[in-house]
Amino acid sequence: MRRPVLVGVLLSVLVAGAIIIDAWPRVRRSQTPERFGFGTPATTEDIRQANTDVTPDGRGLPHDSGTVAQGESLYGLRCSGCHGATGTEGPFDHLVGREPGDSFNFGRDPNFLAKRTIGNYWPYATTLYDYVHRAMPFDAPGSLSSNEVYSVVAYLLYRNQIVPGNAVMSDRTLPLVRMPAGDRFVVDNRSGGRTVR
Amino acid sequence: MTARPTGSSAFADKSAEAPAPSFSRRTLLAGAVGAISATLLNNASALPAQTKGPVPSPPALDDPGKLQGHIPTELGERSPFEHPRRRVNRAAPAGESESPLQELYGTITPADLHFERHHGGVPVIDPARYTLLIHGMVERPLKFTLADLKRFPTVSRVCFIECSGNGYRGFQTTTMKREATPSWIDGLLSTSEWTGVSLATLFREAGVKPDAKWFLAEGSDAAHMTRSIPVEKALDDAIIAYAQNGEAIRPEQGYPARLLLPGWEGNTQVKWIKRIELAKNPFMTREETSKYTDPLANGTARMFSFVMDAKSLITFPAYPDTVSRGWCVITGLAWSGRGKIARVEVTTDGGNAWESAELQPPVLSKCTTRFRHLWKYAGGEAVLMSRAIDETGYVQPTRAQLAAARGEGTFYHMNNIRGWKVERSGKVFFHVEG
Ligand code: HEC
Repeated sequence: MRRPVLVGVLLSVLVAGAIIIDAWPRVRRSQTPERFGFGTPATTEDIRQANTDVTPDGRGLPHDSGTVAQGESLYGLRCSGCHGATGTEGPFDHLVGREPGDSFNFGRDPNFLAKRTIGNYWPYATTLYDYVHRAMPFDAPGSLSSNEVYSVVAYLLYRNQIVPGNAVMSDRTLPLVRMPAGDRFVVDNRSGGRTVR
Repeated sequence: MTARPTGSSAFADKSAEAPAPSFSRRTLLAGAVGAISATLLNNASALPAQTKGPVPSPPALDDPGKLQGHIPTELGERSPFEHPRRRVNRAAPAGESESPLQELYGTITPADLHFERHHGGVPVIDPARYTLLIHGMVERPLKFTLADLKRFPTVSRVCFIECSGNGYRGFQTTTMKREATPSWIDGLLSTSEWTGVSLATLFREAGVKPDAKWFLAEGSDAAHMTRSIPVEKALDDAIIAYAQNGEAIRPEQGYPARLLLPGWEGNTQVKWIKRIELAKNPFMTREETSKYTDPLANGTARMFSFVMDAKSLITFPAYPDTVSRGWCVITGLAWSGRGKIARVEVTTDGGNAWESAELQPPVLSKCTTRFRHLWKYAGGEAVLMSRAIDETGYVQPTRAQLAAARGEGTFYHMNNIRGWKVERSGKVFFHVEG
């Protein structure tokens, strides 16, 4: 006897509820557009001016060249004060040095005796151009011409016994230079979980 | 000078700070405070100065309830009794300062105490002339002004940033010393709420081509900081951030905009970001080859080691504290670049017994978590250490484990367990087992 009453009460509650909900203003979730259309198209000139990086395949290298001899005098004038007369005296980063047999013992040496240099640690010669032409000399970054950068890069590669004294560095030759530490780098294999890597 | 909000930096020249809002005695008397007795008003040192220049701190009274305090000001200041400072490492040619972890509470770092690490100083950038260029392997190369960036839907996220060189002083035996504070050991770690636009939104806007797998992020500082980042990270949780803890990003943290990569090493989160170039391969910049690569014992070096593994540090008690007998609340921070902290364990007996510490909610992903552990110090010697366990099941390793996995000469990502030795006298010194 009581069942239908209960069902009736429940039904009317539901109907009332539905009416109230329906009376509520409908709220639509905002839709994210495919594109907002903000910002302005970058021109070829914008990109040319900003795109100063150089990659291992040589992309980004300007069409120019420089010699070890030119680089030696430039190094003495613009670099040696901070990197030492022969690139090993500091006070800042050591730029010159090879390990016996081109060993790569950095991970094993708790005393950090071997300084990491272009000759024993840098995997790509192109990175030298990329870094020096934008960030060096530290007291006047970006002030060297492309000929000056090729020259000082040639000189540093020569000091590190990577290229001969008559080498000419250019957009053609620099990407071909093989570095002693070129095959020493591995991808990160850490992935969380129980294993410590 | 004008680019710097006056009085907002811990190092700002005092004389350059905003003068106290001036008011005359007449307006004061005419106002609601007219009831103040003339004798009190004549006590000049008890009122904010009316002259231009720094606000002299009134002397602390035995009963502060006997004198009206200073009126509202446009810019708040720390209590004159609080002097937290970053520790500036003047040896680093290109700049580094550490957050005073031992003086901070909770997890958020006040913006002016956020650690600094930069390679070419802090540039001054006019926000009106700022642009972010996105080009390379995209359908539509685009330039965004700061105003453009702010038109997009904003996203906010609380997360830590840690320099990947942080904590080498707790691993390298050549630099380790007993007289080491938390900031000296691990102060290149800070936490903020960052706000900006999701990089995925900008990438959709420019139409990143399917075979673009990496992007170069370049800063506008003198170092031209450049790092290659997988596009995957951009689509996951990267942000171009322009705000920090509710205000514009501080100059030292990348004003007016920086790259934010939650959980990844600080160096990748390029500050003062001006350019993003999409490409197939990584660019092999100096900062991802000569630096920020981790030499291993097997004659190789790990590159693109982006994620910061789980780590923890007790920030109290620590050198140069002295603990007295009785209850002591051990507290510290735990964090993981892979997600949430699941558990922090604390030992007070050098590692024989480990107990679960209490974690302060909310425990956020890729964010610092505050932990605490009650300890009754009965006197004598004790060795306090903490270890973090993250949601992937990774357990913060001992120094011996880390050295076995990577080699004694490894560098960067040194997250081994570190702690404190309490001597018989109660004096606390830095300590690493093994
Ligand atoms: C005023 C000092 C100064 C001068 C002058 C200077 N450098 Fe540097 N150089 C530095 C500092 C400091 C660093 C490290 C910057 C950093 O930590 O990011 C550096 C880093 C380098 C590096 C990277 C080293 C490495 O192994 O990662 C190279 C290469 C370099 N300089 C080349 C040059 C060349 C070439 C010149 C001259 C054209 C030059 N530098 C002039 C201060 C100087």
